[in-house]
Amino acid sequence: MTIPAELRYTAEHEWVAVDGPVASVGITDYAQRALGDVVYVSVPAPGTRVTAGEPCGEVESTKSVSDIYSPVDGEVAEINGDVDDDPGLLNSDPYGAGWLMKVRLDNGDAEPAGLLTADEYAELTEDRE
Amino acid sequence: MMTRDEAQPADGQPRPTPLRAIHESLGATMTDFAGWLMPLRYRSETAEHRAVRGAAGLFDLSHMGEIAVSGPGAAAALDYALVGHLSALQPGRARYTMICAPDGGVLDDLIVYRLSDAEFLVVANAANTGVVAAALRERARAFPAEVDDLTDAYALIAIQGPHAGRILQPLADIGLDEVRYYTGQRAEVAGRKVLLARTGYTGEDGFELFTSPGDAEPVWMALAGAGEADGLAPAGLAARDTLRLEAGMPLYGNELSREVTPFDAGLGRVVVFGKTGDFVGRAALAERAQAAPARVLAGLTIGSRRIPRHGYPVLWDGQPQGSVTSGAPSPTLGVPIAMAYLDPDAERLAAEEPSDGRLAVGVRGSAEPARITALPFYRRPR
Repeated sequence: MTIPAELRYTAEHEWVAVDGPVASVGITDYAQRALGDVVYVSVPAPGTRVTAGEPCGEVESTKSVSDIYSPVDGEVAEINGDVDDDPGLLNSDPYGAGWLMKVRLDNGDAEPAGLLTADEYAELTEDRE
Repeated sequence: MMTRDEAQPADGQPRPTPLRAIHESLGATMTDFAGWLMPLRYRSETAEHRAVRGAAGLFDLSHMGEIAVSGPGAAAALDYALVGHLSALQPGRARYTMICAPDGGVLDDLIVYRLSDAEFLVVANAANTGVVAAALRERARAFPAEVDDLTDAYALIAIQGPHAGRILQPLADIGLDEVRYYTGQRAEVAGRKVLLARTGYTGEDGFELFTSPGDAEPVWMALAGAGEADGLAPAGLAARDTLRLEAGMPLYGNELSREVTPFDAGLGRVVVFGKTGDFVGRAALAERAQAAPARVLAGLTIGSRRIPRHGYPVLWDGQPQGSVTSGAPSPTLGVPIAMAYLDPDAERLAAEEPSDGRLAVGVRGSAEPARITALPFYRRPR
């Protein structure tokens, strides 16, 4: 299972890459393995306000449907149209081509609060392996 | 991300099958299914599904229950205990049947193999094995017949798909061309004694091999080796579920339950009123056979990519007129499919006007357009 060291994580298995005032968001390798084949993804339209810890979208796989929780406070700036056409990108490249959305952060350049480091996230998922 | 509708873990540790070590070595995602630790998928369940449709898949079904009914009164006992006419079954043949409560509700759907005149093997769903064994014991009491739950004495391996026969043949000591659909007989596979049956739950040709627990691993390994060049892939319960759904086959707990009769599920043909003597459920089922149905089981295809799931409402003009029993993305059709119990009037209207958007499935607050589709969704080319 891959957990890139440079990313931040949530206990709900989202990853966050903060680049200045914008955070990219996706689901982790652990999440995509647990879900199985992803067949449908719904993320909020650009311009939608999202709140950390609140559901903002859905991921459907063959066997289940899961809420996506926003890891940060802000406004959706961009969404990944490719995952709409090919939801399997969440399985094949969860940290790359399978990204979900970019959020313009409310707090600008300040590091978003309440996120886990790669080590902390690894510890969280180890218990469930 | 939090999953909403995954099955809740049962109390206690699930039981492993004799093939657990193989599943783990293949990196399977394991799941608790009816108290058994089973492979849900090895890698992609969609790829496993396609392997079964296009080549062959290898399944561990050791969670299924095997109940032997034997003795001079075995056939008569099963005629009384089940809705089918088992005394008419030729030795070596198999039959799909059901066991019902006195009120006609389905206790389980079964495959019964007649191994010899006085020897039957009843295969039950894992979740129902205890109920079925207890009911058979109770119902066989007045007959010279013995009922033994042999679930612990059997592992069950299925090889399913168009290449199943050619993969299995070199390992088998009998000619598979002579093995007809819905038969079961004693044979050897890879030098191990098995009960070899031409049955399955995928909509494909295929075989089910009942082995001793100790023989399960060598038989699996022999099949996996023999099938390597033929596209054989191990397949988990996730693929098994989408395969049987495409094939329009009911799953107990979804389409079948204590609350429905075989007639509700469109399977009234399994109830044989013409056999001699009484059987459990006869009076209630005879009444049900004459009455107008309260609901009908229908196939649905969805006009969007949202997946209808068990329990979701089916809407006609926005009003709930039924409920989804099973739903999944169909790898073969490329669209979501479902089975659902519908009000008969709504089902008739929807079938008459298939494309006007009045039929929908409520997917968490949004009405996704649906249309009635004749079952099965998939029929294998012959």
